[in-house]
Amino acid sequence: MKHNKNPNALLSVTKLDRRAFLKLTGYAGGGLMLGITVGCSPEEPSSAQSQPARADAFAPNAYVQITEEGITIYAPSPEIGQGVKTSFPMIVAEELDAAWEDVTVIQADIDAERYGRQAAGGSAGIPRAWMPLRQAGAVARHMLVAAAAARWEVDATELETLDSTVIHAATGRTLSYLELAREAADLPVPDVDDVTLKDRSQFRLLGKRIGGVDNTPLVTGAPLFGIDTRLPQLLYATYVKCPARGGEVESANIDAVKQLPGVVDAFVLEGNGNSRELLPGVAIVAVDTWSAFKARATLEVVWDESRAAKDSTSSTRARALELARTEGDDEIVDDGDVEDALAEGKQVSGFYEYAFVSHAQLEPQNTTAWWHDGIMELWAPTQSPQRAQSMVADLIDLDEDEVTVHQMRAGGGFGRRAINDVVAEAVVIAKRFDRPVKLTWKREDDMNFDFFRAGGFHALTGAVDADGRISAWRNHFISFTHGGGRPVIGGSIRSSIDPGPFVDNYRITQTLMPWQTPCGPWRAPGSNVIAFVHQCFLHELSTAAGRDHLEFLLDLMGEPRWLDEGNARALNTGRATAVIKLAAEKAGWGRALPDGRGLGLAFYFSHAAHIAEVAEVSVDADKRVTVERVTVGVDVGPIINLSGAENQVQGSVIDGLSTMLDQAVTFEQGRAQQTNFHQYSLLRMPRAPDVDAHFIISEFPPTGLGEPALPPLAPAVANAIFDATGERVRRLPISHAGWV
Amino acid sequence: MRLNVNGQDHEVDVVHDDTPLLWVLRDHLGMVGTKFGCGIGMCGACTVHIDGQAAFSCSVRAADLEGRAITTIEGLAAADGTLHRVQQAWADQDVAQCGYCQSGQIMRATALLEKHAKPTRQEIDEAMAGSVCRCGTYNRIRLAIEDAAGISHEA
Ligand code: FES
Ligand code: FES
Repeated sequence: MKHNKNPNALLSVTKLDRRAFLKLTGYAGGGLMLGITVGCSPEEPSSAQSQPARADAFAPNAYVQITEEGITIYAPSPEIGQGVKTSFPMIVAEELDAAWEDVTVIQADIDAERYGRQAAGGSAGIPRAWMPLRQAGAVARHMLVAAAAARWEVDATELETLDSTVIHAATGRTLSYLELAREAADLPVPDVDDVTLKDRSQFRLLGKRIGGVDNTPLVTGAPLFGIDTRLPQLLYATYVKCPARGGEVESANIDAVKQLPGVVDAFVLEGNGNSRELLPGVAIVAVDTWSAFKARATLEVVWDESRAAKDSTSSTRARALELARTEGDDEIVDDGDVEDALAEGKQVSGFYEYAFVSHAQLEPQNTTAWWHDGIMELWAPTQSPQRAQSMVADLIDLDEDEVTVHQMRAGGGFGRRAINDVVAEAVVIAKRFDRPVKLTWKREDDMNFDFFRAGGFHALTGAVDADGRISAWRNHFISFTHGGGRPVIGGSIRSSIDPGPFVDNYRITQTLMPWQTPCGPWRAPGSNVIAFVHQCFLHELSTAAGRDHLEFLLDLMGEPRWLDEGNARALNTGRATAVIKLAAEKAGWGRALPDGRGLGLAFYFSHAAHIAEVAEVSVDADKRVTVERVTVGVDVGPIINLSGAENQVQGSVIDGLSTMLDQAVTFEQGRAQQTNFHQYSLLRMPRAPDVDAHFIISEFPPTGLGEPALPPLAPAVANAIFDATGERVRRLPISHAGWV
Repeated sequence: MRLNVNGQDHEVDVVHDDTPLLWVLRDHLGMVGTKFGCGIGMCGACTVHIDGQAAFSCSVRAADLEGRAITTIEGLAAADGTLHRVQQAWADQDVAQCGYCQSGQIMRATALLEKHAKPTRQEIDEAMAGSVCRCGTYNRIRLAIEDAAGISHEA
């Protein structure tokens, strides 16, 4: 990284001297992004505007800095809505024994040497950061205690800590961390292995409800998001690509567009042959966003579509319906003797399908790029800022330390911002100017140029034996490939997928159909659809067996055990059973319901989380579905921030419902048919059920919660619709199957 | 054109007469709390008040608003920084996930409570239907509105 180890993020990364910086922050009424950092206390929204880096600061590691003025904790990873800017620092503060009110949180710079991987995705943040963050806090605490012991000339074992203070109980003396910072800074930093971590029973902060550190700036509309970036002399850009992915510019009326009012420049970009980076297109750069958007209406491009996507939803679906009659050529798993068991048992078959969907993160894709002094400086709301940095360096031939990426809050990610195509576009456009350029996608760009969650089809046949237990399971999964025989992202299926480990005669085969439009990770990739298919089909089998689904699921799980002994991220049937029972009990499973009402239950294990959900649904004569309430049982180990955890569960459930009710992107001639939210409906408040989240605080290592509460929702609701109506739901969105 | 935003008059020069209020606020006045989500009146991220009514700033021309009182999220708190009770309720309930929709949600909720001091659950749901939250924070939005209105939460 170019910027040094100066912990003051503001001065170091902007390459400006202090006077220039102050001048810059004075621009536009102080509404500039750079100056905004936030305190935890709602009363002091920006107390940590810029802590001067001081030689006497106690900064034993990359996360903690204490001076006479205060305690700062650096949040390493991008905040895209899962609360890590609050929960990560809480983990540090816990081991540090800092009073949360005393802590100021600052978003860290991108610095792989100091922080390792800085990214958001895969619900991997908390599990990966848990130990390093605890150690960072514990090391700092250890040194503060040592400093107090030296000052008082007592043994460190006589001292305790509480609320940012070291206490010598024997004499009643106390010293605050701020008073000790200077002396602690002179002590050697101990090896992390020599420092004792708290026992979980000693946690004071973790597990409490703590409000987000950005709550005050969020509710006052302060600039926090990538799209809010403002810089002196800022230009505004839009980038127009071929609506069928991969089309190239044959010709365009560039000269006419250049003459339009407010337009500064317009030009064709070639693209670099990588749809995850730079596709060919026409850039329009203007004095404000509206001038750029308006100029698009005048732009006329003749596209060469010879290499562009020709994808068609209607023809791939027709093909899938044919394929469903056979098995796939690729065998994923073949345990036992499925055909024998099918012949002997009571058979059930179902054809399941789900549409492609869009990420629809509410903040459109955007990046601000400023080429100056041999540095490409970026303000990007991205889930993978480090990958953005290396991609940009390659793209425009710079060293990585000549690319500075500021981590901006992102208005939702859901996997979309793992791909930095908008960053590449902004950089190549901005490289032509000596002024900063903000590239903002229109919603239509986000809808059309998404990396979609792939649709898919499953032809399932299963059987139950005379005891009412599953005796056979056969699934032909029909999905897509971009070529090379590999499934698209979200189109693969593991041999160990639930309920495989519980069924003796188990076969999965696969067929891949060609598909050019890019697919990408979408909240809980794979699981978000497989859970629907498999957990609904399990319910078909329990129904065929005439068994109660709760009893059936618990019997399926069997004795408490790890499915992969020694792997604490594997499914544990004891944990599964506990959350299934919890959700069922809290939802009142088994109670009598009026006509047209039903309860549905589903369990799913993903991202190492054990989660069960019960949906209570009413359906009227017009097939209008109302989800009244969803009850969730969760085991993700310890809870870091109860408020954040509950919010993630509620949000994932509502996201799952929003998606299953009416979301689909269809393609013809390689073009997405849905262009904006009038054709792609996000759930609105009147249809939002109450969501009750119940947590089992277990002793296992912590696992992430940004994704795993989504997969069980669709099967829980679909099973509830069956309970209410006797009709199976085998197609998502359910609006495609006639449900309203 | 001359616009009155948050009680202050602003003289603004725009290139195009049809520039939506949203882009005048964001690009010309530097008030970026009002968000761009869809540009077609379908998401509510851009919600402001025009003469006290909630409106989609992406779908109204700024030039048509001379002489009207425009309020944005930046104008909701008191001059001394004290949060509006709706903002305070939002912070207390820890509503936000990504937070991107929330200034629009707060503006819509504030307009609702100006009209209905004690809205029912159904009135809340209907009034808020114009603002989507992609992250699904609706449970907490309801709680925050009820808090701000001083009504107790339904079980
Ligand atoms: S941006 Fe105005 S309603 Fe979406
Ligand atoms: S909090 Fe993310 S869109 Fe509402």
